[in-house]
Amino acid sequence: MRGGLWRFCVSLFVLGFVVNVLGVVGHVVVSSFAKRWFATVFPPALTSEWYAYAWHEFQLDQVLGVTLVVAGAVTLGALLLGFPAAYLLARHDFPGKGALLLLFFLPLLIPQMTYGIPLATTLYRYRIGGTIGGVIAANLVPMLPLAVFVLLPFLEQISVSLEWAARVHGASRAHVFRRIVLPLARPGLLTAGLLVLVNTVANFELTFLLSGAGSQTLVVALYYAVFAAGMRPIYAVDAMAVIYMALVLLVLLLALRFVRPTQMVFRLDHRS
Amino acid sequence: MKALFVLPSVIYLLIMFVYPFGYGIFASLHPKSGGFSVANYAAFLLDPWQARTLWVTASIAVPITVLTVLLAVVVAYTMRRGIRFERAVTTALVLPIALGTVLVAEGINGFYGPKGWFNQLLLVAGVAEPSRLTHNYTGVMIALFVQHFPFCFLMLLGYISGVDPTLEQSARVLGARPWAVFRRVLWPLIAPGVAVAFALVFVMNFGVFPSAVLVGQPAGATRTVAIAAYQAAFEHYDMPMASAIAVVMGGCQLAGLAVILFLRQRMPATGVATVGAGKR
Repeated sequence: MRGGLWRFCVSLFVLGFVVNVLGVVGHVVVSSFAKRWFATVFPPALTSEWYAYAWHEFQLDQVLGVTLVVAGAVTLGALLLGFPAAYLLARHDFPGKGALLLLFFLPLLIPQMTYGIPLATTLYRYRIGGTIGGVIAANLVPMLPLAVFVLLPFLEQISVSLEWAARVHGASRAHVFRRIVLPLARPGLLTAGLLVLVNTVANFELTFLLSGAGSQTLVVALYYAVFAAGMRPIYAVDAMAVIYMALVLLVLLLALRFVRPTQMVFRLDHRS
Repeated sequence: MKALFVLPSVIYLLIMFVYPFGYGIFASLHPKSGGFSVANYAAFLLDPWQARTLWVTASIAVPITVLTVLLAVVVAYTMRRGIRFERAVTTALVLPIALGTVLVAEGINGFYGPKGWFNQLLLVAGVAEPSRLTHNYTGVMIALFVQHFPFCFLMLLGYISGVDPTLEQSARVLGARPWAVFRRVLWPLIAPGVAVAFALVFVMNFGVFPSAVLVGQPAGATRTVAIAAYQAAFEHYDMPMASAIAVVMGGCQLAGLAVILFLRQRMPATGVATVGAGKR
């Protein structure tokens, strides 16, 4: 009987939390369509004009362009650099492997604000800070390890004997890579790519520290808009927030369409 | 030959991660006035306005981490055998993680704001003058909880549901009451996982920046260490000082991590219950 009451209370808490999340997100969506909204349950009149206003006032075409360039470049870079590293880590044991894994793990563990400030300082010193290139370079620091750790379990699943068999039958190394490893690794590359993509679009701290006037991604532009609340109508800021939300959810849905979360068990310690 | 595979990414991380970090520490020891000294650290720690940020950050990070992990353990433990509408609940939980701090902050400003739905609900419920929930300490606490509870819960759910159910059944058969089963059987098995979750959530909470600015009171009650570091770097252009503050922040995070991992080492079941995530 007491167990039943306990379960009921926990269910109530979860329901409350879910309602709270939906309320937080829903409030932004409703507000973006409101003509005026002041202390009523629902705005008296609806409009979609704030979207055109936000698009124009916040120069969202330019901001979206930067966001897509940054996200695309970071994804490509993380996969190009990360794939060979993940392949080696999945296939071979060698001295210093633990230290290597630690080096890859630290940028994911340490909060971006902590290493972002020295990183930003360094990049501004070499005049890379404030440019799109600087934003891409900084975002690669956590995204490259992310790609490696997502790819690792996928590559471990590819049997080494397939590669040996191909070699025995006379295939060259390049041939084995192109015809055996790459096709089998495709689900992993897709998963890692989409996860890096959605993380880069939503990544705030490093982009914020490194971006200048022309190199803000959507989430950073949104931050400045919220920060300067009162400069522009809140409905327009919320319209921008909804556009950001739509972009993230689009990539996320795409990811969930292809990615099976059960495949993504990070295995850092094989032996324990 | 093999080294060529991993070398590019290692070099990248050495240049972009290890070098800036090392240079940051080096620069923090060379204040603007010149020479080699700990003047930056002394200036930061002796200036009450700056040193207060440490206390402010700790007074946000510690309570909210304890609350988040405690509730996540309770909920994950209760739901270890699955729940109704699990897919819908998980989707709603993933939403704040995916959307990120800035959007959640803007949503909280609306939803919990003076004219938001939550305050309207309180008014309907008969609370005459609801207290302010945004742009103060409470706002930051709400934002951090909304952000990190789902993360912590999903992580612990995987861990707890991975514990072999026959252990629990055996304890029940031998006559243990539900509390005893939790205290004597499950808790020792999941404690190392809870410690890791606690460490991760604490480190994230201690570095709080966007929420502290957008839902908090960045000039006063919620001026955290991260804000102080940002201001030193981009408002006063004092890079050595900014690096010193970042080092202090990293040091606090590391200290918290070390304490928790030390406690974890002393737990009896460390390494016993490392079952894969979510094998239900």
